[in-house]
Amino acid sequence: MSGDGALERLRREGRIVIVGASLAGLRAAETLRKEGFTGSLTLIGDEPHEPYDRPPLSKQVLLGHASADRTELPRMRGLDADWRLGVAAAGLDMADRRVRLADGDEVEYDRLLITTGVRARPWPHPAEAELDGVFVLRTRDDAARLQRRLAASPRRVLVIGAGFTGSEIASACRERGLPVTVAERGAAPLVGALGGVIGQVAAELQRAHGVDLRCGIMVTGLEGDSAGRLRRAHLSDGTTLDTDVAVVSLGATRNTEWLAGSGLGAGPRGIACDAGCRAFDVRGIVTDDVFVAGDVARSPHAIFGYQFLSLEHWGNAVAQAATAAHNMISSSSERRPHLWVPAFWSSQFGVNIKSVGVPSLGEEVIVAQGSLAERRFTGVYGYQDRVIAAVSFDQTKWLEFYQRQIETAAPFPPEYSSVNRRPEGLRPVPADFPDPSLPTHGPSVTVSGYSPTDQRITFTPARG
Amino acid sequence: MTQETLLRQIIDYDNRADPYPLYAELRKTPVRQEGDELFVVSTYWEIKSLLHDPRISSDARNLSPGAAGTLLQEEEASPLPPSFLRLDPPEHDRLRRMTMRPFGPPETPRRIHNMRGELARIVTDLIDGFGDRKQVDIVDDFSYPFPVTVICRLLGVPREDEARFHTWADTIAAGLDPAPGQDAGEQHRVTQQARTELGMYLSGLIDERSGAPGDDMLSELVTQHGPDGQMTRAELLSTASLLLIAGHETTVNLITNGMLTLLRNPEVLGRLREDARLAVPLVEELLRFEPPVQLLPQRTTLADIDIAGTTIPEGASVWLVLASGNRDPQRFPDPDRFDPDRKDIQHLGFGSGIHNCFGAPLARLEAQLALTELTRRLDGPRLVEDPPPYRQNAVLRGPRHLNVAFDGLRS
Amino acid sequence: MRLVVDLNRCQGYAQCAFLAPDVFAMHGEESLLYNPHAEAAQREQVLRAATACPVQAILVEDPDAAPGAAEDELSHVR
Repeated sequence: MSGDGALERLRREGRIVIVGASLAGLRAAETLRKEGFTGSLTLIGDEPHEPYDRPPLSKQVLLGHASADRTELPRMRGLDADWRLGVAAAGLDMADRRVRLADGDEVEYDRLLITTGVRARPWPHPAEAELDGVFVLRTRDDAARLQRRLAASPRRVLVIGAGFTGSEIASACRERGLPVTVAERGAAPLVGALGGVIGQVAAELQRAHGVDLRCGIMVTGLEGDSAGRLRRAHLSDGTTLDTDVAVVSLGATRNTEWLAGSGLGAGPRGIACDAGCRAFDVRGIVTDDVFVAGDVARSPHAIFGYQFLSLEHWGNAVAQAATAAHNMISSSSERRPHLWVPAFWSSQFGVNIKSVGVPSLGEEVIVAQGSLAERRFTGVYGYQDRVIAAVSFDQTKWLEFYQRQIETAAPFPPEYSSVNRRPEGLRPVPADFPDPSLPTHGPSVTVSGYSPTDQRITFTPARG
Repeated sequence: MTQETLLRQIIDYDNRADPYPLYAELRKTPVRQEGDELFVVSTYWEIKSLLHDPRISSDARNLSPGAAGTLLQEEEASPLPPSFLRLDPPEHDRLRRMTMRPFGPPETPRRIHNMRGELARIVTDLIDGFGDRKQVDIVDDFSYPFPVTVICRLLGVPREDEARFHTWADTIAAGLDPAPGQDAGEQHRVTQQARTELGMYLSGLIDERSGAPGDDMLSELVTQHGPDGQMTRAELLSTASLLLIAGHETTVNLITNGMLTLLRNPEVLGRLREDARLAVPLVEELLRFEPPVQLLPQRTTLADIDIAGTTIPEGASVWLVLASGNRDPQRFPDPDRFDPDRKDIQHLGFGSGIHNCFGAPLARLEAQLALTELTRRLDGPRLVEDPPPYRQNAVLRGPRHLNVAFDGLRS
Repeated sequence: MRLVVDLNRCQGYAQCAFLAPDVFAMHGEESLLYNPHAEAAQREQVLRAATACPVQAILVEDPDAAPGAAEDELSHVR
């Protein structure tokens, strides 16, 4: 770091550029201003919209309770930023500290924050993906299109992939009274994120709500009519399914292509950074002026053996953005590590699913409270004899207790008596995560070993 | 000051008007052992964590016989099964869910919201009832009758029976609060008599409602056929009694403490008179500053719990001193200042975790309306005595009378 | 007015759904669904809900608030 004078100058009149104008980018910008940064602030976003919130898109918006174009995030006053919306970043010159935009313009920076996030993984066959009736759900435009189609009462909706997003879409469709088929190549919904034991509960939940759930099934092809409208899906068991809407929920792809050749340690797994959110270059050397936060970042986490974690979580974007922003304008001794304990929620079929920690690291799971059959329970995951994660179905008020258990590396399985411990909760069972080398749909946490420049990847697995 | 004398001092009536210096003393030892089987927890984060700890039970049957959780022992004498307040999951969750169905979201999201007009009318009638007087007792003339009337309307007690209901509520409340020097046996007999009469009355009302249900809460409790099935007669009675007693006492104290606090802080009172919207954050700060439930004396440990350097052994009685946690300087800057502009008030006034106050939204509205209207309509209000005389009860702490003089009523 | 709820923080106390039923709704026992864009007429409801939230999970951008207020509202401590 340069001397104090340089830091003061940076805070007073430096140029900070944030590429990615969604939740993480916005929260970082707000933190910078709150912490006294008075220089110029530029936010670059490929979508033409102000930062908006995505979680409502697969829930309230699909149900018609909220409008897709009215989910803008609350903004601090006096942000005083230069918004470059509707134009993507196309390249980075680290030596000259310049971001190149898709329209040919260039923006110079003293500090750069990359929060480009992820995009929906498209249907792999481009011609089929073009069919009228084939959707993905990531942006508010996606949500508006899908909501309109659902409102037109299609005969059947096929959801491809039963991760969290796919399951929430199926839930919204059922609530709208639409027939839904869910095709999941894994053994159960949510299996990549929560394992087979809990996945089985999710499967029963779907079926109890009238979802035609087909596990261990892949969609091998989508077929259109002569007008280019989806009419049928072909499945890996040789059957076909007549459907006029298919929603592709196969997880996400990290937006790092624009960094190809920049020398930054960026690839399909995201951008590696240190715990202080500073990006690594391809040589494994940490940069001083390029920071990363949100879905696109992967960073080492002390609680999880310093493994690099990629977390596609709302809360991670919020927390990491604040840490990155703070560190961007702080001296090295004032910097903070990103120590957020992973947490996420999903609302589906009227059940609140919440998790803390990293379930996919779990070897075993125990039903610490409640009962799987009642679909009201708290499951605790163990890894190497310690508590590593917990998940609750409609029992969120207990979760902060288990978060502390994770933070303090409490022993697993828990030996103590507690309220609502049932006979099924007396001994742990294998958590039953799929083989990490096999792809599943829509993982939300990826653990990627220790290497800051690990780029080996073909299809994003649940872990590996 | 020894440990035991400190707890005794808190219970001692002489310190009822201002227990806060004693709580500050308590917080020097966040988890304080008081005898073999009683542990007193007084700091914010420790209380918060125990309220979310599944190794803590609210079921009195888990208390070891020697543990000193006797402050609210009147419930033990009841022939009814324990209400959900005193149960653990899954029974607690089931009964609370069933009670919530006719009360709030998701099934009945608008019942409380839709009562706003009626609450306002009750408040107006009570204040109009002050007539030409230039001095009233806020407790007897306002804070007491208001929540009883509200709970009667909510449950669907016919107007003509409300007066009887008030009498039972008063008697049972007095039983929670034995006056010094009174014959304890006689007091107990009178209280039990009122409980029995109330139970018989409710039982009759339940019969009536099951035959001819209205849109009131009791009718819906009686007739519901939700996923959790139906409540038994005994469960209905203990739930209805809980709603009456728990909802009543605490709201009386919240409103009375609010008026007392406003009269001690005339600048805030002036602001509220100018801008009724201040009532919303003001009531939250009030719940921090003078919570109607000062401590929860009924929890017990199902396992050894290590907390703040102390091990609370299995089977111990744990007292969670909410009012002390609310004044913890580690959590709230300048905690002894009443500041309705305070940001981020995550007070413990309604508890936290699964036993968080069931009636919280109703209590909030009642207090907001009551304080706004009293402030708006009383011209030149002032305390006749400060501190006012307090009730005996250290747990449900509040003034027994709050005499306020004023120059007249505004319309 | 724009609002967002930090649903990691939310523990399903449902105070918002009681106090501002036009904007917040419980979906099942403890899932919260809300309209991220409340109408101006719902402002008082929304502020009542945000103030009462026991875990202070509701973040509101209030165009009518006093200057500086939004900044305070946007900062939370645990």
